Amino acid sequence: MSDSTQTPAKEVASFSVTLKIMRTIPSDEPSAGYGAPTPEPTSRWDTFTLTMHGTDRVLDALHKVKWELDGTLTFRRSCAHGVCGSDAMRINGRNRLACKTLLKDLNLTKPITIEPIKGLPVLKDLVVNMDPFFDAYREVQPFLIAYGVEPTAERLQSVRERARFDDTTKCILCACCTTSCPVFWNDGQYFGPAAIVNAHRWIFDSRDDGAADRMEILNDREGVWRCRTTFNCTDACPRGIQVTKAISQVKRAILIRTH
Amino acid sequence: MQTHQYDVVIIGAGGAGMRAALESSVRTRTAVISKLYPTRSHTGAAQGGMCAALANVEEDNWEWHTFDTVKGGDYLVDQDAAEIMAKEAIDAVLDLEKMGLPFNRTPEGRIDQRRFGGHTRNHGEAAVRRSCYAADRTGHMILQTLYQQCVKNDVAFFNEFYALDLLVDHDLSAGNVRPGEEVNVIGVVAYELATGEIHVFRAKSVVFASGGAGRMFKTTSNAHTLTGDGIALAYRRGLPIEDMEFFQFHPTGLAGLGILLSEAARGEGGILRNADGERFMERYAPTIKDLAPRDIVARSMANEVREGRGCGPNKDYVHLDLTHLEPAHIDAKLPDITEFARTYLGVEPYTEPVPVYPTAHYLMGGIPTNVEGEVLRNNDDIVKGLYAAGECACVSVHGSNRLGTNSLLDINVFGRRAGIAAAEYAAGASFIELDDDADPAADVVAQLEEIRGRADGERPSDLRKALAETMDLNAQVFRTEDSLEQALADVRKLARRYRNVCVQDKSQAYNTDLLEALELGFMLDLAEVVVLGSLLRKESRGGHFREDYPLRDDVGFMRHTMAYRRPLDDNGAVGDASGPFAVNSAATDHRVVIGSKPVTQTRYQPMERKY
Repeated sequence: MSDSTQTPAKEVASFSVTLKIMRTIPSDEPSAGYGAPTPEPTSRWDTFTLTMHGTDRVLDALHKVKWELDGTLTFRRSCAHGVCGSDAMRINGRNRLACKTLLKDLNLTKPITIEPIKGLPVLKDLVVNMDPFFDAYREVQPFLIAYGVEPTAERLQSVRERARFDDTTKCILCACCTTSCPVFWNDGQYFGPAAIVNAHRWIFDSRDDGAADRMEILNDREGVWRCRTTFNCTDACPRGIQVTKAISQVKRAILIRTH
Repeated sequence: MQTHQYDVVIIGAGGAGMRAALESSVRTRTAVISKLYPTRSHTGAAQGGMCAALANVEEDNWEWHTFDTVKGGDYLVDQDAAEIMAKEAIDAVLDLEKMGLPFNRTPEGRIDQRRFGGHTRNHGEAAVRRSCYAADRTGHMILQTLYQQCVKNDVAFFNEFYALDLLVDHDLSAGNVRPGEEVNVIGVVAYELATGEIHVFRAKSVVFASGGAGRMFKTTSNAHTLTGDGIALAYRRGLPIEDMEFFQFHPTGLAGLGILLSEAARGEGGILRNADGERFMERYAPTIKDLAPRDIVARSMANEVREGRGCGPNKDYVHLDLTHLEPAHIDAKLPDITEFARTYLGVEPYTEPVPVYPTAHYLMGGIPTNVEGEVLRNNDDIVKGLYAAGECACVSVHGSNRLGTNSLLDINVFGRRAGIAAAEYAAGASFIELDDDADPAADVVAQLEEIRGRADGERPSDLRKALAETMDLNAQVFRTEDSLEQALADVRKLARRYRNVCVQDKSQAYNTDLLEALELGFMLDLAEVVVLGSLLRKESRGGHFREDYPLRDDVGFMRHTMAYRRPLDDNGAVGDASGPFAVNSAATDHRVVIGSKPVTQTRYQPMERKY
């Protein structure tokens, strides 16, 4: 997928790209684990100029650096087509997936800046510690809670009921939204948009009985009310989820709940 | 070095691994080690659906599903396993629904079903609606749902840990452990990516659920991380690997990129056309046309291109035409894949046909198991406590060609079975003591330090690129004796160069440079077996097509291929190695010895495969 020589459908010529990548060298201190103070790593900017082609993506450019110029450049990636959520990074100041960002769609007259996503501890180059992110996810009880007798066949759900939470089922837990949120940057305790999206996915699922618990969790001072509706999260979502709208729907559900 | 002790250790956190973990973790102390965060696993990239004869929208039954699976696999399927899969499919789908998976629904609120390649009513009469789906992100929803349940059940994950060795109480690699002798699993050696630290996991049961190996090809739908690690670990420790020559090339990869566009596109009415606009599948599969199984469609597409009817400036792809479908229908049923076409090729599927070409997609072969997921060390004996499920395993429900949706089914049915079997075995077993004098991680540490310590040598990326290029050129949809000999020579030359591989990153923390080098080693080992198996199988069956032997040969080749890695000085035959399956091929530092295993046939006698 990455180094294609077959002819793409619409030919785009070769072009020159300059990447300016934030590099972070881990401290030699052994990690004291999540929650412990992290020793200050050292950071610098490295610049690479490359010749890229056609529909190459930022991920292809990063691979070219790693495979041809500097094997120490470190980043996460896996599926390379926007469904696994490994390669969230800050590209020209905006959170995106490197595998979903085509170089030709960026302004190539200036260097493309690439930084790790913000608000999570940087471990090495573009790799951040995802544990706080997944901890917040786990706190909203992101699984079906159903009381009563389990039916022998499937639970019924109408097409309309299914549609209510369709948007938030698309989440791939890449953290683009949460790490684009100014509230999260300033307050690491805030659940963040992704956790709320995943609470929404269950609160609005007709088969689920756990909405009251989840709303109680999100009514916390670090919950939905921290959201300042800046829409950064919606802009950042590589899956096109209306994140801010989902958060607003959860806020409204909390306000109008009857218990 | 750290040592851990769990009753069950599962390697891999995709669909098979997490489905196994859900069963195992409620029965006994279980750990899952995964080279990725679980939600990054490639199960999430599966799109079209999971077949089960629910008969929610039209008449269907599991026997028809079994037949389709057997015929789809060109009769190399073990029919007892296929029957179990088709029967248990129904509960497997219902289990996922009860876990909260958001399937698309019928107007009555039941799980909706749609058509899929090779799935038919009454033994091939017409396409049947059997695939249960969640838009075109069924795999994503399965992966998310299983992970959610693992969170609920507090399953212990070791994320970004790479399994680098399998520990068993006999050295099977020498080939001198007698049939019938008891062999037990001891555990796994893993490498922690974040720190570079080595971990030894002692276990009563180990389950391989480590996925496929598509990255040995250049054009592939597979993630960068699908490098066959688990299969290669088993093979290096002397276990056989089965039917490795059968690789599925999915018809509709985005041209030039290989990114998967689901068969659901054709299930929902999409049509393949050549440069003349002709619906060419009518010529190759008159009854079910574009919904023929993948091997047939992929070959037909490649043939159109070869005969000069390809589309585009270089006539090197065909078109997937969705333009006659309502945009609202496309948005409801195929939102993700149409977005891939827009994002990566700049093509608008509402109004323009999408350029597509076959892409390496799925390994039918793998670590041989029985229907309980127990790993075989020859045709008859298992390794006690060792299990495998999913793409890394070969049970064999896919035979020589997997039907669409049967992989999501496989991981759920056999992941579950392996998880239960592993936990139940562990309940009555004891930990095997490690040898006090020997360091169980010595081999792994030596290998890591050798690569890391080498000051200069071959760059992994150069070798990997050359491997992927020769595999695409010589061992893809069309294969011949000459092309395969070329591939074998190339792979072996690369394997020799690999002995001098070096990395630029010498650090401990997050050394992905080092890991890519290790992954390349796994792929080189497996590619040799893929090519050797293809060379010896002088017939065409399912995903394996030999231009010099274009017909299926049931007399000579209705057998599973079993490949063993053996020392250079070993000359013994392995298992059932008569006739064409007596291959013993020497490379620089090892031999590949190939034997065979009978195919289990129950209900269905082999017939000519027409659609």
